[in-house]
Amino acid sequence: MITISIDGQELKAKEGQTILEIARENGIYIPTLCYHENLSPYGACRLCCVEIFKGGRSRIVASCLYPVEEGLEVKTNSPHIINNRKMIMELLLARCSQNEVIKKLASEMGVEQSAFKAKYLENEDCILCGLCVRACEQIVERSAISLVNRGVNREVAPPFLEPSADCIGCGSCAYVCPTGAIKMEDKDGTRVVYARNWEKEFKLKKCKKCGNYWAPEEQLEYIREKLNLPPDFFDVCPNCRESVP
Amino acid sequence: MDKKVTAIIDKYDADRGQLISMLQDIQAEFHYLPREALIQVSETMGIPLSKVYSVATFFKAFSLKPRGRHLINVCLGTACHVRGASKVLEQIERSLDISRGETTNDFKFTLETVNCMGCCALGPVVNIDGEYFGQISAGKVDSILNKYS
Amino acid sequence: MEKIKSLQDLEAFRNSIAEKRKVGKPCIAICSGAGCLALGARGIINATIKEIERQKLKAKVDIKTTGCPGFCEQGPLVIIYPQNILYTHVKVKDVAEIISKTVINGEIVDRLLYTDPTTGEKFIHESEIPFYKKQRRLLLGNNSNIDPNNIEDYLALGGYSALAKALFEMTPEQVTEEVKRSGLRGRGGGGFPAGRKWESCHNAPGEPKYVIANCDEGDPGAFMDRALTEGNPHSVLEGLIIAAYAIGSHEGYIYVRNEYPVAVENATIAIKQAEKLGFLGKDILGSGFDFTVRINRGGGAFVCGESTALMASLEGKIGEPRAKYIHTVERGLWDKPSNLNNVETLANVPLIINKGADWFNGIGTEGSKGTKIFSLVGKVNNTGLVEVPMGITLREVIYDVGGGIKDGKKFKGVQTGGPSGGVIPESMLDIPVDFDELTKAGSMMGSGAMIVMDEDTCMVDTAKYFLTFLEEESCGKCVPCREGIKRMRQILDDITEGKGKEKDIELLERISATLKDTALCALGTTAANPVLSTLRYFKDEYEAHIKQKRCPAGVCKALIQYYIIDEKCVGCRLCEKACPVEAITFMGKKKPVILDQSKCIKCGICKDVCKLGAVGVK
Repeated sequence: MITISIDGQELKAKEGQTILEIARENGIYIPTLCYHENLSPYGACRLCCVEIFKGGRSRIVASCLYPVEEGLEVKTNSPHIINNRKMIMELLLARCSQNEVIKKLASEMGVEQSAFKAKYLENEDCILCGLCVRACEQIVERSAISLVNRGVNREVAPPFLEPSADCIGCGSCAYVCPTGAIKMEDKDGTRVVYARNWEKEFKLKKCKKCGNYWAPEEQLEYIREKLNLPPDFFDVCPNCRESVP
Repeated sequence: MDKKVTAIIDKYDADRGQLISMLQDIQAEFHYLPREALIQVSETMGIPLSKVYSVATFFKAFSLKPRGRHLINVCLGTACHVRGASKVLEQIERSLDISRGETTNDFKFTLETVNCMGCCALGPVVNIDGEYFGQISAGKVDSILNKYS
Repeated sequence: MEKIKSLQDLEAFRNSIAEKRKVGKPCIAICSGAGCLALGARGIINATIKEIERQKLKAKVDIKTTGCPGFCEQGPLVIIYPQNILYTHVKVKDVAEIISKTVINGEIVDRLLYTDPTTGEKFIHESEIPFYKKQRRLLLGNNSNIDPNNIEDYLALGGYSALAKALFEMTPEQVTEEVKRSGLRGRGGGGFPAGRKWESCHNAPGEPKYVIANCDEGDPGAFMDRALTEGNPHSVLEGLIIAAYAIGSHEGYIYVRNEYPVAVENATIAIKQAEKLGFLGKDILGSGFDFTVRINRGGGAFVCGESTALMASLEGKIGEPRAKYIHTVERGLWDKPSNLNNVETLANVPLIINKGADWFNGIGTEGSKGTKIFSLVGKVNNTGLVEVPMGITLREVIYDVGGGIKDGKKFKGVQTGGPSGGVIPESMLDIPVDFDELTKAGSMMGSGAMIVMDEDTCMVDTAKYFLTFLEEESCGKCVPCREGIKRMRQILDDITEGKGKEKDIELLERISATLKDTALCALGTTAANPVLSTLRYFKDEYEAHIKQKRCPAGVCKALIQYYIIDEKCVGCRLCEKACPVEAITFMGKKKPVILDQSKCIKCGICKDVCKLGAVGVK
């Protein structure tokens, strides 16, 4: 066990844990946009930056990535940190000037509007946090989408910006997206997963018993093959399967 | 499956670490990265297509669009910049009626820029098909372009 | 050639080369560095080969294509051995004369000698020329003596003796200790002590360990790594093998940027030759030490000079940096301990091993030892590569080595450290070349680009240039870098277009602070330096753009006008013909031409083509 201090509180931690993990375990709030506990940390949004003190010197680090060490002293809300977080929100607000999630988070931090000129404000929803890409790779293991292009031209997209053969329509990307940039809609036996720059349609499987459409055929086929289930395994939906005596 | 692409992948023993080198060789062969070649690399190497596509769009050296017969690279390194490289670039854009990154309709020229070619002492520098032209000015552009057919 | 299997074999082989070369045939050495190639060296090489054949001199005269000796401004350069005569600005039509007069008869062709532009004095030998006098060319010196594709040239000059010494007379720990004691610091920009890095990597748990030579020289305006890798690849390779031995690594990489095809080619050939002779591979020189190297090409991304991005790209991934809370010497390439050194750093290693740490740390300042190669470029008379001892002042480099400012203009600033560095003004020119002094001045050593700017360079435009560069080169991963640099560039766009507001400067400073504090990698944390340093030393120029809507240097298009200086114009009509938008009209002899401001697109071609200086900017 290691002892660290966050905002004056003495806390116990295990080697290999990050500052953010310890803070969350102990109910200390650090804002994040690109972090999800089930995915590898990425360190892109920089909102989780904190100030650490070691050997009389201070330094700003991304708490989602910084491994704890004995005697580490952390401040999560020094004026220095607050100013930096505000600027990061101003930058995000300039990119996503109409996005409600970003507007709300900014407002919570006391940023009502960006200092940038109106002519430069953009109306994006995606903040390029990469959660969707990591979910697709690490959880679903399909890697149907990736971060393409570089720098200011970077975007989340399937190869060639066309419906990806690897996408099974599970919707994990839409689920994990913090800003609603990727959306998913089920209607009349089809599912559409889409973002500003791409979309893919899926046929939904109809339950032989209740007649409800319940999941994309491609997704069910993928699971069936992966787990080596019988061909008729997904003919009925989970609800009906449970009710079978 | 394309034999040329297969040969390139084999040359690097399908080593994932050599992906960028493979793409470079494919581009040298076809003058751009054809879609089918990227798919073939993905399938042969067992790398998701999205990852190959990601690499192909990240690095500036790669082009996913067919390029012209002659590739013009205008150096925009600092030394070239302070000696007027942007004027040279603008003149080439006017002469060819394309912007940087584009190819002329007749596929004669593709115009690209590079952030330093290491010929800094002779800026502004333009490179056409590997041949360097040093100490260029906007006024000299047309006579150089006229050399190419 | 057979594999060399012992120290005795190596010395025997070296002696056999010396024996072969005792005759002292005359040799024509032609620089085939990128600079000289850009000035037509390829034509000179071809013409020389033809002429030698025509005069049936093939058996009597050697032709050598060499690396860059640095004096690019004077290229194409040709050196005639054994007399060591340097010819500058050589043209194809001079070749026959050089051969028949100088090579055959030992006569000097006067008009091809270097002439000092101020004194008019002519120089026969390189070493006498002022450009070379204050230099100390430990690394570059051999470039003009070596055919980079011939390992025997390197061996003839004592090459690989440092490797032999390390392998047979020193333990890995002693090698590291020697490098530590030498005070060698990383030449790629960071300035981290090389020996300490080796030690950490050596001590880090995990196998295998990797060593990597960084030749991804992305700093726009720097080309010393190119000159070393192209001109003397074995010196880099020898340094890398010694590093591997010290660290306990058996696999290495040379990562060369894609824009340097000749460096890729020469390094590839060097590796093959070294393998053939047993300097690489299994049981090197019979010492029992194994080491192999392969070359990887970059894909055109400045950020790949950053260690974690470079390693990601070596793994076939996009060049995205990661946080370095765990250092790459512990977990780098494929998560294994990895040591990355810049090419110039490695080229110093054989010297340190051969001549000793004490010799090396006798050169330079307290905190910066040895020499540093700079690419001295921009508005300076003698552009090229210069290698100077640490501690020399910037003024000496620019005025004594560089011969001062071009066309008698006034010096304004010198940019060091590339996009991560800053501009240093006239008042600070007496600071020494030293890692810490340059950082104190708000700039940094960086990889060694030294871009000289005169009164015609606009500092706001310069800051905008670097931000535009960084905006293109940012990988896009972290918010402050991707979004912040773009916003700063937009603000500078406005200022250079006369749309700047006074509060813009404060906003620039606020974004800069967040970039410095929170960006993920060094590209981002240092990105604001060009803006901050120009704001610090040239604030008046920002204010002229913002308050008076004026660009004092006459650069920012939206704020300038071209005009015809009637007294100087003779009506030759060159500008009229060259104008792409027909903004210039010929009016007859009295008032030769007029320039229609409403049509003018400010391309500047009229000014370029005018031979009489009759086009002005205001």
